[in-house]
Amino acid sequence: MILTGAEIVCESLLQEGVEIVFGLPGGAVLPFYGALAKYPALRHILVRHEQAAAMAADGYARATGKVGVCSATSGPGATNLVTGIACAMMDSIPLVAITGQVPRPAIGTDAFQEIDVTGITLPITKHNYLVMNVEDIAPAIKEAFHIARTGRPGPVLVDIPKDVLQVERTEFIWPGSVNLPGYNPPGEAPEEQIAKSAELINQAERPVILAGHGVLISHAHREMRELAEKAQIPVVTTLLGISSLPTDHYLNLGMAGMHGLAYASLAIDKADLLISLGMRFDDRVTGRLRDFAPNAKVVHVDIDPSELDKNVKADGPVAGDLKQVLNQLLPKIEPNVHIEWLRHTDKLRADHPSTQIRDTQELLPQYVLTELSKATRGEALIVTGVGQHQMWAAQYCDFQEPNTLITSGGLGTMGFEVPAALGAKLGRPDKTVWSVAGDGGFQMTMCDLATAVENKVDIKFAILNNGRLGMVHQLQDLSYNEEHFATVYSGNPDFVKLAAAYGITGIRVTEKEKVAEAIQQAMETPGPVIVDFMIRETENVYPWIPAGESVNEILEETAQQTGPGEKGS
Amino acid sequence: MSSNHQHHTLVALVEDKPGVLTRIASMFRRRGFNIASLAVGKSEQPGLSRMTFVVEGDEHTVNQVTKQLDKLIDVIRVSDITDEKIVARELALIKVNANSSNRGEVIQIVQLFRANIVDVGAQSVVIEITGEEDKINALHALLEPFGIIEMLRTGLVAMVRGQANGRTSDSVGLNAYGQVSNGFGAGHMAAPEASPKPETSAKSEA
Repeated sequence: MILTGAEIVCESLLQEGVEIVFGLPGGAVLPFYGALAKYPALRHILVRHEQAAAMAADGYARATGKVGVCSATSGPGATNLVTGIACAMMDSIPLVAITGQVPRPAIGTDAFQEIDVTGITLPITKHNYLVMNVEDIAPAIKEAFHIARTGRPGPVLVDIPKDVLQVERTEFIWPGSVNLPGYNPPGEAPEEQIAKSAELINQAERPVILAGHGVLISHAHREMRELAEKAQIPVVTTLLGISSLPTDHYLNLGMAGMHGLAYASLAIDKADLLISLGMRFDDRVTGRLRDFAPNAKVVHVDIDPSELDKNVKADGPVAGDLKQVLNQLLPKIEPNVHIEWLRHTDKLRADHPSTQIRDTQELLPQYVLTELSKATRGEALIVTGVGQHQMWAAQYCDFQEPNTLITSGGLGTMGFEVPAALGAKLGRPDKTVWSVAGDGGFQMTMCDLATAVENKVDIKFAILNNGRLGMVHQLQDLSYNEEHFATVYSGNPDFVKLAAAYGITGIRVTEKEKVAEAIQQAMETPGPVIVDFMIRETENVYPWIPAGESVNEILEETAQQTGPGEKGS
Repeated sequence: MSSNHQHHTLVALVEDKPGVLTRIASMFRRRGFNIASLAVGKSEQPGLSRMTFVVEGDEHTVNQVTKQLDKLIDVIRVSDITDEKIVARELALIKVNANSSNRGEVIQIVQLFRANIVDVGAQSVVIEITGEEDKINALHALLEPFGIIEMLRTGLVAMVRGQANGRTSDSVGLNAYGQVSNGFGAGHMAAPEASPKPETSAKSEA
């Protein structure tokens, strides 16, 4: 079958099992859109801003484990994808971005809407392609999906000039395999690495599992749980590792790090072995490296060998796919009870109740999220933006199933909450999706509320509205002597009226007593709903290990909340 | 960070595709790695180039450089051959002031170094020298008093001597599993004692 380049793109996407493309057309990519119209099996979700296309594809990928696909035109369309692509790169999300490019003869002439997008995305993609011949389209797309989803996943961009899409024609041949001699992600790990790790785990008296995003990406949550239960090892998670073990599991100590639960960070501090699974020792987890886990040896499993020994030297480094590695490791692990150690972590929990909520009539964000979690029984997909509300969601929401917390970790991308929720709900229509938003981030991407309305995407938005860039405001409290500058929004829109403008339901909540009722009403109302929670404005996130410090400098809640935060407004 | 900063010689087999050099240079820049020299050219296999890097840094840094290079899709294999028995050569062209009164002296120095004079003008000569970095540095130092007008060096190219277990320079430092060695398994930056697994990894030459 002789097809145009654009038709070959569509056929290739079908071959890859793509169901949804998030995008926004423009001149250079228009031939692709012309072909898309003839392929109804490829559902196109038209966004209001290309950033939303990339982030929706990201949210879709996180919620489903499939590759998310987005598309944009050349120039500004492509540059608008950049933040979303970078976000996917930092969090190892499988994403394929297809961009139109100016016609080949115009490349290099600074033509209208010409931008070197493969150059721009070089450091924020796992790989990228500029496809200069129609015969190369199918192999490039096949490779792009293969690279995006295998090994340590990541975004891949495919840039195709307009004339290659439109003018050129060739036989559509879907390649049987990819030819990438330089790309061989590890699967099983070498036996000696497994043996060394098993030995370290069997000898440990105070082991802690440190579970990262890799546990979820590798679908290794069952194996990790088996390891934890077999040897009675408490589990601490990173932000992106949170839903890898049910929140209420007796061995789950929750998230550690800068705003992690104090007992989780203290368990790492006291541990004699860290079993670090699919995580990369980000500075938000470790704080000051030389004071991180000072008593612990380290077993570190990662599919990306360059993560081993990058930030923390591993005594037992293991390069491999986590699920396969755990299956290799489990038979070698001796059952254990670690009674003394678990008694100690229980005591840490009792002595440092990081998630207690103050008894007050004020509307506290922690209370809102606890109620939200109760109402959804911890089974909803929680999508967040970045900042205080994100940390509170990580601390106060329960997660019963894997991949139910969808949040921007590495890049810390504000505005993620709206488009990522859109993609997540389209990927998992069976799930209740709550977008926990900040008023700051929400306003970065709220233009795509229209996309949710248009496509009847049933997202419930919980805006934790404190009329400020709360996390930055909080940083100014402690690290900048309470000198607040450029962190308060005095002209926020009325989000209930905004909901009305989009023809959806808006609910404002100012009192604690109305929280549960509002959440219920939102869930009973079909279609998107905005609930505007007017939370205590100066509430800060605790515990808090200031940047570059260690758990020894941890600030715990109660005394602090009536301190600097109060005077700060 | 330990303080044992030194030069490491890395050899990589890479795809000969547009943008490969950019990808590599971009990675070095972004991660703050220092390249002392870089040489690239065709390899014995069509469509593949071989690169020689001289990289500055301690063991930890060079280990990261090697692994980050290996992570690039277009880099097929990379290996640190610093501790191997290698042949390492660089070519330099040096244009130096030389007139009828001191040309003889310059020629004498050039002969001592087994270098060649490839161009003679009324006021200058162009010298071609091939050798290890130290040899070129030494010649450079001796010629400096005459006044060096221009110098151009290619950067080091390096190759492991002998059979190297049948491996090319870019794979001698890999462990038995085709992974860039990182201080475990088959030994740090050294050819493994055991023979490699028979091409289980596609990181082998086709």
